[in-house]
Amino acid sequence: MLPLAYNLEFSVVTDLALAVLLGFGFGYCLERAGFGSARKLTAVFYLHDKAVVKVMFTAIVTTMVGLFLLSSAGVLALSDLYIEPTSYAAQLLGGLVFGAGFVIGGYCPGTSVTGIATGKKDAMVFAVGMLAGVMAYAEFTPGIESWIAATSQGELTLPTLTGIGMGWWTAAFVVFLFLAARGMEWLERRFAHLRPPHHPH
Amino acid sequence: MSGAITHPLPGPGAIGSQRSAAKAYWNPYFVGFLLGLVLLATFAVTGRGLGATGAFSSVAAWFAGVFSPEHVVANPVHSRYWNEGDPLLSWTIFLLIGAFIGALVSGLQGGRVGLSIERGPRVSDRTRLILAFSGGFIAAFGAKIAKGCTSGQALSGGSMLNVGSLVFMGAVFLSAYVLAYFVRKEWI
Repeated sequence: MLPLAYNLEFSVVTDLALAVLLGFGFGYCLERAGFGSARKLTAVFYLHDKAVVKVMFTAIVTTMVGLFLLSSAGVLALSDLYIEPTSYAAQLLGGLVFGAGFVIGGYCPGTSVTGIATGKKDAMVFAVGMLAGVMAYAEFTPGIESWIAATSQGELTLPTLTGIGMGWWTAAFVVFLFLAARGMEWLERRFAHLRPPHHPH
Repeated sequence: MSGAITHPLPGPGAIGSQRSAAKAYWNPYFVGFLLGLVLLATFAVTGRGLGATGAFSSVAAWFAGVFSPEHVVANPVHSRYWNEGDPLLSWTIFLLIGAFIGALVSGLQGGRVGLSIERGPRVSDRTRLILAFSGGFIAAFGAKIAKGCTSGQALSGGSMLNVGSLVFMGAVFLSAYVLAYFVRKEWI
């Protein structure tokens, strides 16, 4: 039955209208969480405000539970969903570089749009920097693409890697989320002295 | 002792003065739950998750195509976003257009829209903007190498238990936590 796009032939206009609609929910949530503010986003790395981890982790676990329930009900086959192939080397190296850009620049690609929408000039400059970065990658280092392909392990999920089913992993992540929530509250109290007086909350 | 504790009023300018009138953000676990539902709906409708970096790649391909379409088609990075000559009709660009509108509506409702520069009190606007550009450049490069960013890898891949996405998340936090010490003046 799902995904809808596999069963209904969307016109280009319908397809792009759906993108705008889903994007609206995406941007609304990000702004509501405080992710239009670079100080709120980077606060996670100074331990006094873990909102970034709370929102991301809760979202991931919510979707995971939803996907598991839909697939258990036979409404959605997980194998139908697009999975980015894993390359340990590429995701490790890319992640290290990306993390540096995040804490230096204050945004990530999606949240920069949230920042721009609420008038943050630094978010606009970040987005221009991103465009320059994407352009530089394509023009000067296109060879990295073949290195990524060469180091690829193909589609790899925790269930296929470990032989432990999606249901068990989902249950484990739910438990982990509750434990992590308690740990984060403790961290925020412990490092409350690092919170600047006018920190957005 | 009377219990009257006075806080200094927020100073103008220094750090986002429009904050004083802004409403509080929503509970992070509640927003996370809503964001999860949006992501789930995206999977259910399209068969793929959310993404953001792709939109920037599409704009870059379009820009390069203004000068030389032949070059774009021949380039292994640009060519994947060429979309048969219509790089701007990209699904992710329209997703981000929607995200812009959604963030604007939420910001207006919360009294959080206004021109400002986000930074800590110990750096100048100029320094902050230079670092914002550099950070954007570096983050884009990292996202291209990792084949995704916080949206495409961390959120979308993470919820599917994609091993590469979990490695990406670990690497992002490791790198950012270590570097945070060196750029602390920018933020706190």
